Amino acid sequence: MKRGTVSGRTDRDGPIRVVAEVVTRRRTGPYTTLVIATQELAARSSPGHFVEVAVEAPGTLLRRPLSIARADAAASGVGIVELVIGPDGPGSAWLAEVQTGSHLDVIGPLGKPFPLPQRPARCLLVGGGYGAAPLHYLAEVLVPLGHRVDLIVGASSESTLLHSIEAKRVAHSLQTTTEDGSAGMRGRVTDAIPDVVARHGSDVIYACGPNAMLAAVSVLGGQLGVPVRVSLEERMACGLGVCFTCAIPVRDRDGEVQMRRSCIDGPVMDGSRVDWRLMGLGHVVDAMGGGADDPDPTEAGADPTDRAVVA
Amino acid sequence: MSAADLQGAREEVPAVDSGVDLGVALGALRLENPIATASGCFASGREMDRFVDVGSIGAVVVKSLTRLPRKGLPTPRMVETPSGMLNAIGLQNPGIDAWLEDDLPWLVEHGATTVVSVAGDTVEDFVHVVRRLRGIAGIAAIEVNLSCPNVEHRGLVFALDPEASAELVRAVARVADVPVLAKLSADASDVVAVAAAAVKAGADGLTLINTILGMAIDPVSGRAELANTYGGLSGPAIRPVAVRVVHQVHAALPDVPIVGCGGVRSVEDVVQFLRAGASAVAVGTGGFVDPFATETLRDGLAAWLSAHGFSSVRDIIGDVRTGHDA
Ligand SMILES: Cc1cc2nc3c(=O)[nH]c(=O)nc-3n(C[C@H](O)[C@H](O)[C@H](O)COP(=O)(O)OP(=O)(O)OC[C@H]3O[C@@H](n4cnc5c(N)ncnc54)[C@H](O)[C@@H]3O)c2cc1C
Ligand SMILES: Cc1cc2nc3c(=O)[nH]c(=O)nc-3n(C[C@H](O)[C@H](O)[C@H](O)COP(=O)(O)O)c2cc1C
Ligand code: FES
Repeated sequence: MKRGTVSGRTDRDGPIRVVAEVVTRRRTGPYTTLVIATQELAARSSPGHFVEVAVEAPGTLLRRPLSIARADAAASGVGIVELVIGPDGPGSAWLAEVQTGSHLDVIGPLGKPFPLPQRPARCLLVGGGYGAAPLHYLAEVLVPLGHRVDLIVGASSESTLLHSIEAKRVAHSLQTTTEDGSAGMRGRVTDAIPDVVARHGSDVIYACGPNAMLAAVSVLGGQLGVPVRVSLEERMACGLGVCFTCAIPVRDRDGEVQMRRSCIDGPVMDGSRVDWRLMGLGHVVDAMGGGADDPDPTEAGADPTDRAVVA
Repeated sequence: MSAADLQGAREEVPAVDSGVDLGVALGALRLENPIATASGCFASGREMDRFVDVGSIGAVVVKSLTRLPRKGLPTPRMVETPSGMLNAIGLQNPGIDAWLEDDLPWLVEHGATTVVSVAGDTVEDFVHVVRRLRGIAGIAAIEVNLSCPNVEHRGLVFALDPEASAELVRAVARVADVPVLAKLSADASDVVAVAAAAVKAGADGLTLINTILGMAIDPVSGRAELANTYGGLSGPAIRPVAVRVVHQVHAALPDVPIVGCGGVRSVEDVVQFLRAGASAVAVGTGGFVDPFATETLRDGLAAWLSAHGFSSVRDIIGDVRTGHDA
């Protein structure tokens, strides 16, 4: 496909495919940020959306799902989308070496983004690893809308902590945690949550990071009575809703478990409805003191992102 | 990116009217072009409306449908392997009744040529689903997914055994009122014998091949990568096996229409399958990487045929030279 092209049903909302130029590459500790120039994709993106990026590492076949870490349709006249890549396997390594001036074949935006509060709300954003990046983007969207934003960013040590100066500027408060205590508070993000919730009276928690962290935050949110929106990571063969490899066990309103495609029904889901035990994270639920039954969905009306409440 | 780059759909292949005839026949079933989707790789079709016009696809083969809804297997359901992937989904589907109510009307409305893939645990399960399809408008054909364990025969997969395959196809063909395609597996020790048995039992055509059973282990943790331990291998990794099976079966049963399937990514891959003897080609895993594949392959095939001096796609079906052929 030709460089710079946009294809798909460009006359409608929804995902398109772009072959976009990489205009900037930055290294922050183990993370690589790629900035691609694409007005069309930026204009369609919201925090929580992801893209599927073609990689050319030898032997690989599938695209790689990456969260949109920032989108600005007006940036320097072209419009940009940022991606943050953490260390993982061959696809991530290939992406981390993509040079400025080369092109990436990207499909997006995909998935359902973070639901925004429908009334003024105090929002707690909790990010782990590269998961902090899309939350900075979320903060940038929430604050101008008049919502309070408190940010907790966690990592194993200072070298893997991802927190930008901009995030610090936009959020009303920022707390960092590291497991080894090399920066910020020693411990995990869940150790910092109760205090922030008590101090600022958070109405909703948005979380992005490894699934085990999301499970822990969801259990804690249930215990604290705060609704939690999590952005999940399940292996995706297509990211388009057609292969059913990305299914997540989610309880419906009757409590029955349904396997929902995280690429099309997610990746953002109600943390209280995800069956973390069926995802093999029962040990995390237990360690958090989660009951035999995982937390109940919060009462109707308590969730500021619930459209039905304001409607 | 300039405004001139904004071109809407199908920018890559010039909308050539090459004058090449892409129409093919699978027995009584006529397709406008030979590019189909593979079952389980296009969901119900609606998801792909965001990318392509499903009405212009040669045939939309929908995800295998069972008598009752199925939740499928736990995750991980997928692992990437060299030039391929293993999957173990467990036939997650809404069940035939919900599909007829929710999904078929959409496909009909969008002009899709719909092939319904059916699956089950027992012969009776398949027959139940096929009976529900009788007399319903908008169904072009039925594809029998024989890669299902037969619970009445110690879980032995139908497609591995000529007799079990024949019994299933016979029962389905008896109640079906549209053409029946039997989808076979290269895991069978003698796939030509299974093909012959299926055709004798009433299959109007064959889809070759389903995924190949495989396994991957995480070397460090020692854990099987898939929750189900084993899964089906798909993608370019299986293409040579699929082309071989199409060629063998076409050689043995030259009058039986074949839908070739396995690892199709490029126009050249499509041409290989057609030359091996397939009348149509289904795209599965390739569509995960390129959701526009059905359109780009269709237009690319027309351009390829024209560039190589063919006026009809039918000119290359089965046109292969082997051994000392000139
Ligand atoms: C919605 C979503 C958003 C994501 N956002 C980011 C992001 O912003 N930055 C980032 O660095 N990573 C992100 N990931 C994870 C990223 O997709 C994987 O790290 C990457 O696919 C691994 O590929 P690999 O070749 O490096 O590793 P390998 O382990 O060799 O990958 C093999 C296969 O497994 C899949 N896979 C492996 N790990 C994961 C994983 N954690 N999640 C999903 N699939 C995986 C790969 O896609 C590939 O198909 C996201 C995943 C999802 C589902
Ligand atoms: C995720 C996935 C799900 C599949 N589901 C089905 C299915 O429900 N029924 C079926 O007959 N084949 C199913 N298949 C097999 C494909 O239809 C196809 O035969 C196989 O993947 C080989 O083609 P490919 O290499 O182009 O994918 C599935 C394949 C994949 C990858
Ligand atoms: S990744 Fe294919 S359906 Fe979600």
